Amino acid sequence: MSVVRVQQGFGPVVEGEALLSEEGFSPRYDLDRWSGIITRPGHKLEGTSIVDKVCFFPTAKGGIAAGWAFYDIKWKKIAPKAFIFGVTNPVMVQGAVFAGIPITAGWTPHPGEVIRSGDWVRVDPARKLIEVVWREA
Amino acid sequence: MELTAEEREILAGKLGEAARRALEYQVEVGRFWAARRMVPVTNVHLMGDIEVMGDGGLEFLREEVRLGARCRVSATTNARCIDFAHCDRLGQDPAEVAKEREIIQCMRRMDVITTDTCINYQTVYQPHLGEHVAWGDTGTVIYANSVFGARSNFESGPAALAAALTGRTPEYGFHLDENRRGTFAVRLDASLDDLADWGAVGKLVGESHQNYFAVPVFHGYRRTPTADELKHLGAALASYGSMAMFHFVGVTPEAPPNIKLLREKTVVTGKDIESVYSGYDLGDGDARLVVFSGPQQSLFEVRRLAQLFHGRKLKEGSSCFVTTNGAVLAQARALGYAKTLEDAGVTILEGVCFYILQNLSPLRRSRRWTNMVSNSAKIVNIIGAHRFNAILRRSAECVEIACSGVLR
Repeated sequence: MSVVRVQQGFGPVVEGEALLSEEGFSPRYDLDRWSGIITRPGHKLEGTSIVDKVCFFPTAKGGIAAGWAFYDIKWKKIAPKAFIFGVTNPVMVQGAVFAGIPITAGWTPHPGEVIRSGDWVRVDPARKLIEVVWREA
Repeated sequence: MELTAEEREILAGKLGEAARRALEYQVEVGRFWAARRMVPVTNVHLMGDIEVMGDGGLEFLREEVRLGARCRVSATTNARCIDFAHCDRLGQDPAEVAKEREIIQCMRRMDVITTDTCINYQTVYQPHLGEHVAWGDTGTVIYANSVFGARSNFESGPAALAAALTGRTPEYGFHLDENRRGTFAVRLDASLDDLADWGAVGKLVGESHQNYFAVPVFHGYRRTPTADELKHLGAALASYGSMAMFHFVGVTPEAPPNIKLLREKTVVTGKDIESVYSGYDLGDGDARLVVFSGPQQSLFEVRRLAQLFHGRKLKEGSSCFVTTNGAVLAQARALGYAKTLEDAGVTILEGVCFYILQNLSPLRRSRRWTNMVSNSAKIVNIIGAHRFNAILRRSAECVEIACSGVLR
């Protein structure tokens, strides 16, 4: 089974469809906070929905306002299942914990080596690992 | 985490349900960062307005008020999204305006002081060396850490509010000595005569070193920088680099005595600064929107703008916005600076930031603005979320663009 180990984690075990991004993420700079679709022109996932996905982002972007944004998208029922960051910052963690969205940071190996967008993955923040549950042939 | 007897009592409900929930939340955040304990804070600065919070955030605040939430330390608010004197002219949504008024009432009931400013460090509270605070937005945090030698992480709205209710914050990041040391050196080989030049330095250094834990050490500069110059430098570093601290040899209190131990050494030259300005795409050449905001203007910045706009008029069809806080605006009115700006056709907005104005995207579309010109590298970076093509120019050039309608 393909496994990614993470260094830091918060939240319960969740499963969902993986969405891998080569580019960092800000819920304010990149996301349409009414549809859950990444809309910033030029973002590598422009046009892609993050709703109910397990989202892998290499970095966190954005400032303080992002802290309320996760709660806002959870309230609107357009939140992802989990945020998996390579490198994150306090605002992302404060926002995710406040919204009750699982979040992890630090990864080995790079998820791109073992996980593809569309794979069904299980995130276990307490055990600090992410596993591929199944993948379409 | 090691919790004190008092903290265990808060978790047992001694200070009420709102404080209990707040500390429980802070402990979770602290665990994520492997914080060993909580650290008392003396001052909180928090962001909370309807544009950033949304209806869910407003409902959360209502619940906090119902639970009897009260600040245990002095807490002030960041810039908000509505200036009630201008909301109709800006076409802001009346329903959202009403929610903004309710948020202000909720904040006041919790004993939050609604200063509505992102330049609290220039006008409201100046913490001392080693003082722990819980501040947001990012520009306030980097100024506190760097220039005052105070200690804060980026504290988002919910986190800062929790700190206000418990009087403490988890001890991680920039509360700890080991994260406050410089990580790379930047020699400033440029004259940096305008505030926009300082923002350009922040853009160059921030973009190339994006990391919350990167701490640049500036050195080699031949003049004493002013508070406004350090403000634009810090705001841009935080915005482009997600950075929370910098050192400036001979200027900031925790700067290292020498930079020999830093392995990475870079230089910013005057040519580099010029390349920032020449790097902007001027789009369709639209020159009808010039903004002095993000951060709000200090009294000195307003005075300088008044000098530049004195006796001039905005080009017909153009708009120019200046944002500042109530205290600066009152002084600017008393001193005549505000009148000079308004006589020129400039709109002064109080207590807001242009970037977070409620309804900004629809406003852009209705005014058919495509470009936004500013002397703030920070707002040039973040306004793209509203699909403006943003262009950094020096202060006097911004004024010239506003009055001539010609973008160069």
